[in-house]
Amino acid sequence: MTDRLDPRRHGQGLCSCCGSEPADSTLSCESVPSGALSASEQGLKNRVENALLRAILPRAETRRAFLKAVGGATAAAALAEVFPVATATEAFAETGKLEKKKLAVGFIPITCATPIIMAAPLGFYSKQGLDVDVVKTAGWAVVRDKTMNKEYDAAHMLAPMPIAISMGLGSTAQPFTVPAIENINGQAICLALKHKDRRDPASWKGMKFATPFDYSNHNYLLRYYLAEHGLDPDQDVQLRVVPPPEMVANLRADNIDGFLAPDNIVQRAVFDGIGFIHILSKEIWNGHPCCAFAASQAFATEMPNTYAALLRALIEASAYASKPENRKQIAEAIAPANYLNAPLTVLEQVLTGTYADGLGGVKKDPDRVTFDPFPWESFAVWILTQMKRWGQVKGDVDYDGIARKVFLVTDAAKAMKDAGLTPPTSVSKGFTIMGKPFDPSQPEAYVNSFKIRKAG
Amino acid sequence: MSGSLTLRAAIVSVALFAVFVLGWHLATRSSGATSGMDPEYAKLMGATATQGKSAMPGPLDVASKLWEHLSQPFYDKGPNDKGLGIQIGYSIGRVLVGYLLAVVVAIPLGFLIGMSPLMHKALDPYIQILKPISPLAWMPLALYTIKDSSISAIFVIFICAVWPMLINTAFGVASVRREWINVARTLEVGTLRRAFTVVLPAAAPTILTGMRISIGIAWLVIVAAEMLVGGTGIGYFVWNEWNNLSITNVIIAILLIGVVGMFFDQLLARVARLVTFPE
Repeated sequence: MTDRLDPRRHGQGLCSCCGSEPADSTLSCESVPSGALSASEQGLKNRVENALLRAILPRAETRRAFLKAVGGATAAAALAEVFPVATATEAFAETGKLEKKKLAVGFIPITCATPIIMAAPLGFYSKQGLDVDVVKTAGWAVVRDKTMNKEYDAAHMLAPMPIAISMGLGSTAQPFTVPAIENINGQAICLALKHKDRRDPASWKGMKFATPFDYSNHNYLLRYYLAEHGLDPDQDVQLRVVPPPEMVANLRADNIDGFLAPDNIVQRAVFDGIGFIHILSKEIWNGHPCCAFAASQAFATEMPNTYAALLRALIEASAYASKPENRKQIAEAIAPANYLNAPLTVLEQVLTGTYADGLGGVKKDPDRVTFDPFPWESFAVWILTQMKRWGQVKGDVDYDGIARKVFLVTDAAKAMKDAGLTPPTSVSKGFTIMGKPFDPSQPEAYVNSFKIRKAG
Repeated sequence: MSGSLTLRAAIVSVALFAVFVLGWHLATRSSGATSGMDPEYAKLMGATATQGKSAMPGPLDVASKLWEHLSQPFYDKGPNDKGLGIQIGYSIGRVLVGYLLAVVVAIPLGFLIGMSPLMHKALDPYIQILKPISPLAWMPLALYTIKDSSISAIFVIFICAVWPMLINTAFGVASVRREWINVARTLEVGTLRRAFTVVLPAAAPTILTGMRISIGIAWLVIVAAEMLVGGTGIGYFVWNEWNNLSITNVIIAILLIGVVGMFFDQLLARVARLVTFPE
């Protein structure tokens, strides 16, 4: 191992890639700042540098002697000076020429958008050669309109929204796609402090609840939860759509009794001493999808390389965010005014899962929110069953057809493979919500199995 | 006597301000730390819950934050975080574009309506219906048809600013004293020349009043429009800080919106004084 130049430097963690590489592969390890570089990128950079070095000093003995004399870091720095290693690495990473490099991606300032947002400050977009402006947006309807107008190339949406847009529910119909889910879990039911002794949902008759949007899993999960406890969400309680930041203010003003909202909004209500966390949404359905990364089909077909690069960036960001040890760094990266504009403590409590429940207790649940990009077709089918259940769609629904058109399992699987992840082999999976199993192959029977639902 | 009146008014103004700030300060004092809270739990909670801090910021909070903003008004930390100076600049830019478009449309059209009783009667019902529509009501329609949010914002300013100017111009032109028009006619002055040398100066004070009302409305509208459309501008700043429930910053923005609005108003008041004439 003559060319393992300075073994002391290899204790820094990022160099796991080095061991398997032959000969001079350790060269670049210490020249890379610790940060968000994935193992696959590190490997690529090493290979590029090695190839260069081999080209300059073709004979192995000379090469080793040179490395021994000057040290790996110096050699890498010298190389970088005469040859743009970063550019070469980028060129190798790109699979096709990008049709457009300057992109605008819209988001709503909530923790669900974590991968979309963090990919900017942590460099996941620039790594793919993209210059992405992540643009904060005032509400779901505005995100929808701006994405449909092509002011945004892609956007953060609630998982049911691209389905609704594709079907022309609440807007003109335009084919939209979900090549990646943003987050799973990551919502909670928050109640005003005065209700701290009314924990049984059966006693919630007549209360007022807020959800962020009609076409949201927040809405469907709250309705599901209430219905399982015998309340008809259309008759026994009042549900209204309220933009998330106004939920906390409305709760303080006593205009609503509670809400089911993204975790950072819920935690903010706790932080300000206004409400408490009744349950996390994962207690209703552990592993439910929440928000999605959405793009119009036109964008995907007109700019396939850009679309693929954007997707790769997001999948890698999701993979990075799924690791608990990275969560604190992510919270710090997305807290400033340019992104979420929220107190760091609140975001840390959401992302690390060690949180105050608002009633004086500290709870620990690392799965409070997590990130898994795979857009299971059965997620879409379930969403469609709930649209049918609550009367948002009428008549026959082509569950599988719509799910396949909107939730792009193949694209996600390819991008996951590119990022060094193993995508699931099937496209659909069943799951259990509050003890009731859901079989994606029998959607109509599932809808009909509910006693409480909108007739029609 | 007038000097001492100004002085006395200033004293009353300052006194009112002092009373207001003192009352504000007293009303937002914190009620003392909550006792018996688990320290680990307290670490995860905000000052409102642990220190009994009022949810409303006090005058000192606002003053220190204001100083922070004023000391670096032009920083740019990415598409969603820019200094207050830049935000206000964007808002003023939008307002001016929308407003100037409105001037270009309203004044010639107002002349037409004012000089022709037929057009006045014909267009009146439309103006009366369109005039009272709120900017927020125009917004979805504009976004949907124009398909561009910044042009939509400008359109909304235009459509809200155009009516007071139009009505005032028409009124000013229609109420130019008959004698002056008749004199001009006797001297065989042509229509165009009559419009520019007799009617325009005579109607100018009324037109300027309309323009002054309009700039006020345009400035009111921009905040609402930017809150909806987002991206840049003082309205977006308010919305962004509201998102973070930062009432301190919202108060600062309110203050600045007031100051800029006053500046516009005073500017047009000056111009109006230039064109008034004694009868």
